[in-house]
Parts: sequence; structure tokens; C-alpha cells
Amino acid sequence: MRAHREWHETLHRCVPYAFLTPAMLLIGTFVLLPMTSALLISFSEYNMIEAPRFVGLEQYRRLVSDPFFWNALLNSLLYLLVVVPILTFAPIFLAVLVNRRLPGIAVFRAIYYLPVVTSLVVTGLMWKWVYEENGVLNFILQKLGILDDPIAWLAVADTSLFAVMAVTVWSGMGFYMVIYLAGLQSIPKSLYESADLAGVSRVRQTVFITIPMLQPYIALVAVISSIAAMKVFEEVFIMTNGGPLSQTETLVFFVYQNAFVEFDMGYASAAGIALFVVTLALSMINLMLSRGSPNTGITMYR
Amino acid sequence: MSSSRIVLRYAVLMIVASVFAGPFLWLLSTALKSGAENIFQYPPALIPREATLDNFKRVFEALPFLSYFLNSALVAALAVSCNLMLCSLAAYPLARMSFAGRQGIFLVLISTLMLPFQLLMIPLYTIAVALGLNNSFLGLVIPHACTAFGIFLMRQAFMAIPHQLEESAHLEGVTRLQIWWHVLLPLVKPTLATLAVFTFVGVWGDFLWPLIIIDDQTRYTLPLGVNKLAGAFGKDWRLVAAGAVLSIVPMMLVFLFTQRFFISGALRGAVKG
Repeated sequence: MRAHREWHETLHRCVPYAFLTPAMLLIGTFVLLPMTSALLISFSEYNMIEAPRFVGLEQYRRLVSDPFFWNALLNSLLYLLVVVPILTFAPIFLAVLVNRRLPGIAVFRAIYYLPVVTSLVVTGLMWKWVYEENGVLNFILQKLGILDDPIAWLAVADTSLFAVMAVTVWSGMGFYMVIYLAGLQSIPKSLYESADLAGVSRVRQTVFITIPMLQPYIALVAVISSIAAMKVFEEVFIMTNGGPLSQTETLVFFVYQNAFVEFDMGYASAAGIALFVVTLALSMINLMLSRGSPNTGITMYR
Repeated sequence: MSSSRIVLRYAVLMIVASVFAGPFLWLLSTALKSGAENIFQYPPALIPREATLDNFKRVFEALPFLSYFLNSALVAALAVSCNLMLCSLAAYPLARMSFAGRQGIFLVLISTLMLPFQLLMIPLYTIAVALGLNNSFLGLVIPHACTAFGIFLMRQAFMAIPHQLEESAHLEGVTRLQIWWHVLLPLVKPTLATLAVFTFVGVWGDFLWPLIIIDDQTRYTLPLGVNKLAGAFGKDWRLVAAGAVLSIVPMMLVFLFTQRFFISGALRGAVKG
């Protein structure tokens, strides 16, 4: 009887692990194992054909003296610097705009969100077509009197990176808008009611009530969008393939290029570790900022 | 609001909408234009002179788009069911049982969220090759089959359910697995739906991983197919546009019918701490 109960209890204690096993097996094989081997590969020379050969810090030494690496890193940081402030603040106004019970408002929300669910390959092609030298964007800008002569946006060194950035902004805006919508709905209505009574204008209400109340969400979006900005790949691959003259090569593009075009896996892994270090720094900021604020579980969505 | 304010608001809403919808409409318009119509004409025409489905027909003649579509659908179905199943299984003990290592396991899971996939993809590729998963649908599913984010989301949902619920079930001698299936899962359906739509979007649009793991063209998913179309017929914008439109139509339909889950899902992820 007792033996039976003990056996039963042991079995009972195994239950939680049984539930966890399938997930842990997959995450172990496809996340934790690759994580450790990425580090190992970065210390070796590996071309996928011959066995990896340990070379110590050689790949990192190469990395530091490679102008193309610095170019990619700088492009990614520039990306961060331009895209993150826009993606952090512009969606607040979108969210305020659609946070009203008006007929048809759901349709507008859906339209603003549409780019988020569209595959980046299609987004990239779509915008490549819009950006054509004799394309529709140049026509509109000329009509509006903003532009005198058409520009080949993606082919000119001065504009190409910014043109790609604009696409990242366009496709991410709706996602952050929805996070801010959640934030807006958490603000007590009474704040606005008393502001109305005091005769405070809508614009001032936005500046003095909405934005301060959204602060934890702003911190959250800033970090999510900076991690997303570090991962830009598809837009670049589809629209410019890194050109003209490496102007649009980002860090992830650099990793891809070295790994799967050059098959220089060790070198690419070292660059990947560099990418990880930057992302980790951003995640640390995330952790520090998000204490006592909305949770960060959504972080990896983009 | 006064009526002039409402008019103003709608005007702003429309202008912003045109920025977001404009490129889609321009793509659709290009896809519908016949070969006789100059797509570079000045001024550009949004409404095709004679709309035709010819370009769509040409897409199917140029590349096996139907099989790309089926591949995408199969991979998406696999990934969504895998992710829902495994995440909700793993989330149950993390949310509602006490056992040794619970905190540790959760911490490890959450910290994997910080790893950029682009760092993992190199060793992941070698692992997939070693397991014979390159050029296979299972290989395509790998990054989506069980996500730490999904576990996190389901754990949040399970934690919100009062504990008495399963205690009474427990007394009646029902197993944990039965509680999970019959009592808990029905209560978290909205979160399951949210996880399903987000997983679907992720898989459907996935490009970098398929680009690496698939070179057998019979295994192409839609994004690879569209990329191939653009590579082979890059100058033929009507054709490329038609292929791009075809590839996003299923996604659009799913979005149309499930959009409340996208919005509520983001709220769920962001609000519940």
C-alpha cells in the first residue's frame, strides 16, 4: 500500500516536467544548442565542407580591421538613430487619431495595420516599384512642388539608405500604434474630463496628459523598435541588395552575405556575436526601463 | 465633437490611410493593367484603362504558384498547430504547478527572447542539415514550432484563471492532462487565437530562413516564389505585381476575419504584466 503511494507520488512529481519536455527539447535543440555553437563557430574557420578549424580570436581580429564590417555596423546604428525616434513618437499620434468611437474607425485601424501583416518581400517589391525613377512617388512629389527633378531613390548613394528606412517605418507603424492604443485605453477618462472642464485645449491635453501617461509604453516601444531596427534584412535584400556601393548594407545583411554567399561561417558568426552584443545592450536597457511598467513579452514580435 | 472637427478628423484619417493603402492600391492597379497600357505613362493612372486578369494567368504559367501556395499553407498549418500545442503544454506547469526548477526554466526561456535569430541561423542551418531537415517542410517549421514568446503568452493566460477551478476537478480524480484539455484550454481560447494569428503572420511572411534552408524549388513558399519571380522577370512589373498580389491575398483574408485578435493580442501582450 505504502509502496504504491510512494510510486504514485513520484509519478505525480514528474507531471510538470512531462508537460515541459516537448517544448524544452525543441528549444534546447533549436535555440540553446545553436547559441553555444554560434560562439564556438566564431572561434573557428568553417566553410561547411571541411571540419571547423579552431583559430582563436582570428575572426574577431579580421572583423575589427574590415571596413565593410564597420560600414555595416555604422549603417545599422544610423538606422537605429533615424528609425527609432520616428517609430517611437509618430505612432502615438496615429493611436490618438484612431482612439475614438467614430463610424468606420475600425476600417482605418485595419488599414494602418495592414503593412504589419504583409510579408516584407511583398512590401519591398511594392516600394521598389513606388520608388522607380519614373514612378509614382516622384510624380506625386513633383506635383506637390516638393521635387523639381525625379530621383532614383534606391540607386543614389545619398538617398538609398533613407529610402529603405522609410519602408521600415511604414511597415512597422501600425504595430506600435496598437501598443499605444492599449496604453491610451489605460488612461483614466476622468483626467480628460477635468481638463475639458478647465478649458484645456486638445493639443495641450495630448502634450500634458497623454504623453506623460504613456511613458512606460514609450519606453517599451523605443526598445522594441530599436531591436527591430538592428534586425533589418528583407527590405535591404529585396530593394537594394546592399547597394549602391554598400550604402544600405546592414549588420544582418553582412552576416547573411558572409555566411550564405561567401560560406565564411566563422567570420559571419563573429559578426553575429557583434550583433548579439548590441541587441543584448538594448535588451538590458529594456529590462531597466520596463521595471514596473507594462510587460515586455511582446518584445520579440517583430 | 463639433461637426467641423469630425470632418477634419476624417480628412486626416483619409490622408494617413492613403499613405498606408496607397502602395497596395498602386501594386494592384499595376497587376490589373494590360500589356497594351503603358505602366510608366505620365501622369500615372491608378485606374487601369481596361482591367485584365491576364497578368495573374501569366504568373501561373511562369512559375508553379499554386504549389508555392500549398507549400505555404502546409507549413503555416504545421507551425501554428505545433506552436499552440507545445506552448500551451509547457505553459501549464509554469503557470499553475509548483516544482523544482520552475523559476530557472522560466528565466532561461525568457532570456532566449533576447537572442537574435540571425545569430542562431548559422548553427541552426548546420543542425538542420545534420538532421536532414534542409529542403523539407519540417525544416521550414523549426523556428516557429515552439516559441518562447508563445509560452510566455500562454502562461499569462493560464495565470489569470482562478485556482479553485482545477482543484475541484482534481478531487474528482481527473488527470492533469484532462484538466489541461477539458478545463483550461477552453478558457484561454482568445489567447490561443491570438497566438495562432501571430504565428501565422510570422510563418506566412518568413523569408530569411526559407531562403537559407530551401533550394529545391518544389519546396518554395510564396515569399521565395515572389522573390524568384522578381529575380527572373524583374523588368516585367505587371507580372511581378500580380505575383505579389497573389501571395498576400490569403494573408489579407485571414487578417480581415481575425483582426480583432491582432488588436486584442497586442493589448494582451502589452498590458498584462
